[in-house]
Amino acid sequence: MELRKSYFADQRKDDLHEIGQPRPRSDSPGHVTGKTTYFADRNFPGMLHLKMVRSPHHHARIRSIDTSEAEKHPGVVKVLTAKDVPHNVYTILILIQIGPEDETVLADGKVRWKGEAVVAVLAETERAAQEAAAKVKVDYEVLPAVFDMEEALKPDAPIVNEYHGRNYYLYDSGECRKVRFGDVEAGFATADHVLEQTYQSSPIEHAPTETTGCIVAPEGNDRFTCYTNTQAMFFTLDNASIILQMPGNKLHFVGGTVGGGFGGKVDVIVEPIAILGAKLTGRPVCFVYSREEEMQISSPRAAEKVVIKDGVMNDGRIVARKVTGYTDAGAYSRHSPYGAQKGAGHYPGPYTIPNVWIDTYCVYTNRTPSSAMRGFGVTIGDFALEVQMDKLARLIGMDPLEFRFINAYRDGDMKAHRQPTEGAALIECMQEASRAANWPVAEKFMTMSSYAKGA
Amino acid sequence: MAKVPVQFTLNGAEKAEFIDSGTTLLHALRDKIGDTSPKGGCHQGTCGACTVIIDGELRLSCLTLAETCNGAAVTTTSGLSEGGVLHSLQRAFLDAFATQCGFCTPGMIMAAKVLLDHTPNPSREDVVEALSGNICRCTGYEPIIQAVLTAARSNSQNAV
Repeated sequence: MELRKSYFADQRKDDLHEIGQPRPRSDSPGHVTGKTTYFADRNFPGMLHLKMVRSPHHHARIRSIDTSEAEKHPGVVKVLTAKDVPHNVYTILILIQIGPEDETVLADGKVRWKGEAVVAVLAETERAAQEAAAKVKVDYEVLPAVFDMEEALKPDAPIVNEYHGRNYYLYDSGECRKVRFGDVEAGFATADHVLEQTYQSSPIEHAPTETTGCIVAPEGNDRFTCYTNTQAMFFTLDNASIILQMPGNKLHFVGGTVGGGFGGKVDVIVEPIAILGAKLTGRPVCFVYSREEEMQISSPRAAEKVVIKDGVMNDGRIVARKVTGYTDAGAYSRHSPYGAQKGAGHYPGPYTIPNVWIDTYCVYTNRTPSSAMRGFGVTIGDFALEVQMDKLARLIGMDPLEFRFINAYRDGDMKAHRQPTEGAALIECMQEASRAANWPVAEKFMTMSSYAKGA
Repeated sequence: MAKVPVQFTLNGAEKAEFIDSGTTLLHALRDKIGDTSPKGGCHQGTCGACTVIIDGELRLSCLTLAETCNGAAVTTTSGLSEGGVLHSLQRAFLDAFATQCGFCTPGMIMAAKVLLDHTPNPSREDVVEALSGNICRCTGYEPIIQAVLTAARSNSQNAV
């Protein structure tokens, strides 16, 4: 690795010991010898297995639940329904005051997506739990469902989630997160060209090789140790504490070793119900997703729709950008209101544009709840923005890399969301990219700097 | 449920257990014998995380019934290092940064070991083919391929 001294020399110390040096990973010796302990690499005597009865419908009212046959199944120890969960309606971001609580641990009266957890069965073996789960009888009244964000936003669309009462998340700014900067319509009026394009993405599953799961062991003193592969230890502990109405000091979370996460293990799904099962049976409980559940049940990256309208001058300057972004949260919020909000801040891209208008909506549909995944709220937006940048460059007959140099943000530029740019290194990165990719640009761009314009 | 006896060697040591008929080798190794180096990623023979070596052949322990392993010699990644010294493949994986989350690593090393046992000087294509049944979702395939090639080179240098 090379640290080029010509860049930001006045901001850099040259007596760095770690940066630029290869260092062995501390966890690798465990990995190559098979000694790394994942949550499932534990075995407790008397451990029960938890399996979920899941909704076969996208949207339905629950008329009744009959667990009597399941309870009689050999090996079954406990069957849990909504009434067993102390605080059944929750939302994970309530910890940072992003409410309302809108999701049930176990469905109560309604299911809002196909695969939603309805009844939890705890049995001596995985097989007994699976067989008993198949014997739970749930009587559903199927309701109209909505799967498309535009359909969901129409006034006559079925309401997906009554805790919101409308099919979009209500921000303090209203029906969407808004960014307003300059006068975008005046910008379009002065532009040589205006280009509006729509970009859409499907949900993406993280598909970690290790499926989501946990093992909970009662410690015999009303405390519970939860071995988990969550990516969010304290978030999970605090949410479990709320759901179980149990002080945090009764919960001991052990984890940090994750067999692939990519954002797919930051929701709080398996731990609270497994702890509840351990509390009510007094026995260790293992709840681990099957591969099918990992693919069908765990939150994917949200489907997104991004409409970008840009005004551009023949000399390469973007003078106005209007973006409307839609994030498909599925049936429940999880991390999606935050993802849509991130998009609002991000959509101008790393470019300085004098007139910007952004609306981002977090929309509820009867699809699998979406949540975090590698740069959620930003990744799909970046794809859309950079494809748009290429299209704009083509429209005015300009080299796409030179087009980006002209619009790149630099230190001191005011961003659309009113944060001044500091520590920008886009110009320098593009200069290196130009060399590395053998994609030459005009000399004036190779002598530019992220420092104040004109420098 | 009636238990059936199984007896085999695991990394050279005699093992005997009574298991439920129908128990997979993966389950027997992990939950009965206590060798958790084979991992269960899919339990349907598609991810390769449970890969072990049985009598010199590569096998998916999640699709192998334990009772069919009577008298067999089973090898897992936990048995590769000797006297605290890493096997050349383990050393190469370590040096090449060929692990990320580590969950696929034991299966990858098993697949690579069978390749090198049969083909001491493999081509890159041989390595890709040999690892094609093992999924790495951190997408670190390139360093893994390099690690296997490096181990092959170091084996042949040591043999000279």
